[in-house]
Amino acid sequence: MSMDARYTPQIEPFFSRNGWIALALLSLLAFVVVPSLFVFVPDTSAFHISAYTVTLVGKIICYCIVAVAMNLIWGYTGILSLGHGLFFALGGYAFGMYLMRQIGRDGQYQSDLPDFMVFLDWKEYPWQWFGTDHIVWALLLVVLVPGLLALVFGFFAFRSRIKGVYFSIITQAMTFAFMLLFFRNETGFGGNNGFTDFKRILGFPITEPPMRAALFALSAAALIGAVLLSRHLIRSKTGRILTAIRDSETRLMFSGYNPVQYKLFVWTLSAVMCGIAGALYVPQVGIINPGEMSPANSIEIAVWVAVGGRATILGPLLGASVVNGAKSFFTQSFPEYWLFFLGLLFILVTLFMPRGIVGLVNQLRGSHK
Amino acid sequence: MNMPVDEALNPSGSPTGLGHVAGDAVDISHGTILYLDDISVSFDGFKALNRLTLSVDVGELRCVIGPNGAGKTTMMDVITGSTRPDDGTAFFGQNIDLTRLTEPEIAHAGIGRKFQKPTVFENHTVFENLELAMKADKRVFASLRAQRTAAQLDRIVSTLETIDLLAQADLPAGLLSHGQKQWLEIGMLLMQEPQLLLLDEPVAGMTDEETAKTAQLLHSLAGQRSIVVVEHDMEFINEIAATVTVLHEGSVLAEGSMDVVQSDERVIEVYLGR
Repeated sequence: MSMDARYTPQIEPFFSRNGWIALALLSLLAFVVVPSLFVFVPDTSAFHISAYTVTLVGKIICYCIVAVAMNLIWGYTGILSLGHGLFFALGGYAFGMYLMRQIGRDGQYQSDLPDFMVFLDWKEYPWQWFGTDHIVWALLLVVLVPGLLALVFGFFAFRSRIKGVYFSIITQAMTFAFMLLFFRNETGFGGNNGFTDFKRILGFPITEPPMRAALFALSAAALIGAVLLSRHLIRSKTGRILTAIRDSETRLMFSGYNPVQYKLFVWTLSAVMCGIAGALYVPQVGIINPGEMSPANSIEIAVWVAVGGRATILGPLLGASVVNGAKSFFTQSFPEYWLFFLGLLFILVTLFMPRGIVGLVNQLRGSHK
Repeated sequence: MNMPVDEALNPSGSPTGLGHVAGDAVDISHGTILYLDDISVSFDGFKALNRLTLSVDVGELRCVIGPNGAGKTTMMDVITGSTRPDDGTAFFGQNIDLTRLTEPEIAHAGIGRKFQKPTVFENHTVFENLELAMKADKRVFASLRAQRTAAQLDRIVSTLETIDLLAQADLPAGLLSHGQKQWLEIGMLLMQEPQLLLLDEPVAGMTDEETAKTAQLLHSLAGQRSIVVVEHDMEFINEIAATVTVLHEGSVLAEGSMDVVQSDERVIEVYLGR
């Protein structure tokens, strides 16, 4: 570490002390308490955690990973993607192919092929399914497919200096186009039904408590990894360059930086994080279909981050949890009003809480001091 | 090193490619840092630059003046790669063809630009602003591994002293006064270690005292670096006493010392006389 008598540079801590304590407590909860209470405590006990709760929370953890990824590209770099649902879905489909192969001959038609292929009278797996019976290849696809798509799409978009609302619109178009593509049976991914009825992972039954607990803990580990990685990145010189792109891209270019490289890096990283989240999500909820690629899904991701607070550590986690908690409640109690509520929420947050929940809390704290 | 320019600097030839570090240092063996020859730029039929020819010597402090719309900012845009000329050549030293490079490549080759409206990173601290501008390998994977050395820290602190912002080092740049932002932007240019500085109205909005300090700073820099200043403030131009180029309707109307230019009748007519 360098020293200078005239000036000592400020070093921003990785997390505050309370932040580290919260991380330790949440880790204990996610890796020890919840899995134990779910797997080992009998369901007659008041302390038992139901499979429904574990799955719901596991699902929200996956959404939190997506929100962290979205925060990197939108909150810090200032690029609003309205297509992140696509990367999430592609990760889900990539792992879903492995899950379909694991069904083996236990499908309705007792064939080596998935039911939808038998139904379409296909005799063998199409090329895109090559190697997906190996979990390692499937896991590679989870990273490679969203990553490569983001790399190619981003290269052309950023190189052509497509910015702001124009970029947001073409990302919407991208996810919509893929949704239409995946709706078609000929694409080879089960058309509008997608994949479901999963049975096993690595031969272990997927609905048994130990597997559910393992997927839950893996999701929590992935979320912690995503938060640590994004925090590390944002504290580094690269992080300061990303926020400089958001605040004054022109100045950055005239300082000798090529913003295209940086945008492409963070955009691709963000897409890969979404892909991993999707791969963890699909075995927990037990289904993936092209609906995940609908434009509204991607908009919802942006709403999570806006509600929680852009360019903050906690914001995306809070936003994804609060909005999805509300969604679970609304879609059960007043299913027809959910989209109205979502729209209203976005308008209210934009008008009255431009810095989200985190910003509001900071403001209240500040005014009490 | 006399490689063909286009191969050495931009093998892809694409104006907006991924970019890379220019291989050659600028060749100033003939004593000239900037050649603009017969440059024309038009926007929808309006000739912003009309066969402009201008050259700047190494270590020179040059002022460019001219009424609004004379093409001063367009000239800067051509030099820094934001506007491509329809016609003519623009060379940095003998060897670097500016019309073929992107903005970051030109900045990397050694041309720093200060904008008319002070442009700094408002959410970053003054210190971080200078650190971001500092000459370094600015590609993404180099930035990921970058660690600040003691020598670099020393350079940043020295620049903070030069621009008189050491006490404000940890302040977000957005909180600085207008004059301080101008100075910070000049400091950022210095961190880039450019051979040529382009300053668009560096003393706009400054107090008389700040203006005098800026003149002093530019004087101390001239000689080591070449500087092109676009200014309206005649007193300031008198103070830095440089060669003056008068632009009018996209081309050079007159050139010489302030006295010569001021007594030129055409100049008086289009500009000074008003």
